[in-house]
Amino acid sequence: MNVRSHTLVVLVEDKPGVMNRIVSLFRQRGFNIDSIAVGHSETPGLSRITLVAQGDDRKIEQLVKQLYKILEVIKITDVTDENPIQRELALIKVTATDRNRSDIIRLVTDVYQARIVDATPDSLIVEVTGPPEKVDSLITMLRSYGIKEIARSGVIAMARGTRVVAPEAQSVVA
Amino acid sequence: MAIETRERPAVSDEPQREPQLGAHLVLQALVREGVEVIFGYPGGAILPVYDALPYYPIHHVLVRHEQSAAFAADGYARATGKVGVCMATSGPGATNLVTGIANAMMDSIPIVAITGQVPQSVIGMDAFQETDITGITLPITKYNMVIRSVDEIGPAIQKAFYLARSGRPGPVLIDIPKDVQLAKGYLAPRQELRLPGYRPTIVPHRRQIRRAAELIRQAKRPLILAGHGIVISGATEELVRFAERTQIPVGLTLLGISGFPASHPLCLGMVGMHGHAHANRAIHEADLIIGIGMRFDDRVTGRPSEFAPNAKIIHIDIDPAEIGKVLKTEVPVVGDAREALRLLLEEVEPLEHDDWIGMIRSWYRPIRTEPSGPDGALQPQYVIARLHTLTEGKAIVTTDVGQHQMWTAQLYRCDIPKQWISSGGLGAMGFGVPSAMGAAVGRPDAEVWAVVGDGGVQMTLNEFATIVDEQLNVKVAIINNGYLGMVRQWQQLFHNRNYSETPISSPDYVLLGQAYRMPARRVTRPAEVDEAIAWARSFRGPALIEFVVNQEENVYPMIPSGGSFRDMIDETRFEGEW
Repeated sequence: MNVRSHTLVVLVEDKPGVMNRIVSLFRQRGFNIDSIAVGHSETPGLSRITLVAQGDDRKIEQLVKQLYKILEVIKITDVTDENPIQRELALIKVTATDRNRSDIIRLVTDVYQARIVDATPDSLIVEVTGPPEKVDSLITMLRSYGIKEIARSGVIAMARGTRVVAPEAQSVVA
Repeated sequence: MAIETRERPAVSDEPQREPQLGAHLVLQALVREGVEVIFGYPGGAILPVYDALPYYPIHHVLVRHEQSAAFAADGYARATGKVGVCMATSGPGATNLVTGIANAMMDSIPIVAITGQVPQSVIGMDAFQETDITGITLPITKYNMVIRSVDEIGPAIQKAFYLARSGRPGPVLIDIPKDVQLAKGYLAPRQELRLPGYRPTIVPHRRQIRRAAELIRQAKRPLILAGHGIVISGATEELVRFAERTQIPVGLTLLGISGFPASHPLCLGMVGMHGHAHANRAIHEADLIIGIGMRFDDRVTGRPSEFAPNAKIIHIDIDPAEIGKVLKTEVPVVGDAREALRLLLEEVEPLEHDDWIGMIRSWYRPIRTEPSGPDGALQPQYVIARLHTLTEGKAIVTTDVGQHQMWTAQLYRCDIPKQWISSGGLGAMGFGVPSAMGAAVGRPDAEVWAVVGDGGVQMTLNEFATIVDEQLNVKVAIINNGYLGMVRQWQQLFHNRNYSETPISSPDYVLLGQAYRMPARRVTRPAEVDEAIAWARSFRGPALIEFVVNQEENVYPMIPSGGSFRDMIDETRFEGEW
């Protein structure tokens, strides 16, 4: 089966050590995580993790089943085939001189709809938001000017339309 | 005993008037969970709990190494079906538990491990005897936790026991910093646990059961592969009824042994790497495999692509992550083995497979059990066969790991559930003696035989002291061939007889037994075997027999690692073709 990039949305209880358990499972099963982004979800006490990892469909399915065995994992959705909205934020510090500054600004604002958020006599910080491919593309274009630093947030994803990734409320009585 | 005169703190769900030390709350919570026995070893960071221990109706078994505490808790759990408990201090005490915890994880054994931890004020400071035991055991526990305040003690221990025994059982570790043991508080009443991420499926989906029943009706050459899940869920009676009604023969995984009576006419014995040839050939020829409470481990399947090449697969397991992990499965059934068999029994009509069963019988060749080999040396298989005959298959048998384990699995034909105790998934040498200890503590009226090799026994023979202290009814049978026999067999077959570091010396076991005040004998000739076994059985309490056996005997049949049924090596080669 062919290896491809999978985007998993994982809802977890917001408790100490949960990220460690999840990341450790990827390590244990030999998966490399391309991107990981965590934040609060719409439900208090639940965090939402968006994970991007490479693997064939069967291996990813196996990984999802293993992830479900982590006590604090509530819900996992593989949104890869659902054409989800995917967004990433990047801050890029790029070398700028009097000669090329206006070129960079034009490229960033006109072509990529991104913003300049900081400027000094010899550098600019670019803020770009969009699908990871757009961020990659802008980075490629900026390389020729000299990139000093990149900070990427990791991808977050959400299914289109009314469908939601939501936990099913249940509890277990001992 | 002096402790009987001391006043016991009340253990009930009544609200407590006075705050109590965390250490007492730990023990009260354990008593509340039904704990009667702890296998443990004291030390600095767990001292407050040991200080409180004499006040509680808990029998503490002082082991000689923490690894044995975990193995003993494991053996106790397997023999009784209850949760086994082991306890150790921080640092080396906790790390010594690790092999035993990993063993319980691999074999789905419910144990709770309690470790002391350095006070929270110095956690992360590399304090004396500090180790990050929850970090270390993260991948080898079903769950682990640090109790960070005295109020959490009750709920944490309740949760630990529930997680250990429910769903697919497994080990749970609770790390308790010393300051929590010394803080004062109250034991919260048992309450409903909120575990939104933990919902094991017990009762399978009826539609999947119907699909399974349909495949079973259509099959001409069906075969059941019964695993540890049968023993864990107590499904033996249901499995016997199901097999009898459908007339489907039953092969057993290593840990499935005892889940279906070996003496039953439909029982084929063990399958897999050292399984019986007819059982493995049945897998090869089957058109339907019904795996129940097993996980198609590589020691069962060999090369998965050539396993059961003509068969559709029905896979029944409580852990959805096991289904489809190794083999493509036609009908996945997630649920408890017993519940699944109950539902299946409602869906299947009586069937007959006389031709198929006759075919398998025609392939049967007994495992060789001659008393002596070509040079007159005692044969290990004979020892196991005699042990089975003389104990009528009714003893609890634990094993270590290696050749003796496989011979015992082949020849100790176990009919009673929970009486076969062996390290399967982890293959942990040193398991035999301490697990027998745990089984004997849990089942004091039972006759327990620890069948061990001369390699494995030397890993945990310090526990002879514990067995003698406790006067446990454990009979240790050392199958001494002077080698790490299974490794030597691999070297012989796959490494040109390069016996690198496999010859191993032994102490004089009879003298050693005497040193531990354990009655001991040595057997070197076939004629002495029956008498020695009868001697060991003639009294209650510990006994040791060293059987000096043929040094280079091999375990057959054997399917080499990663091989298929076609690669089977067997002394008693079949006639016919396949």
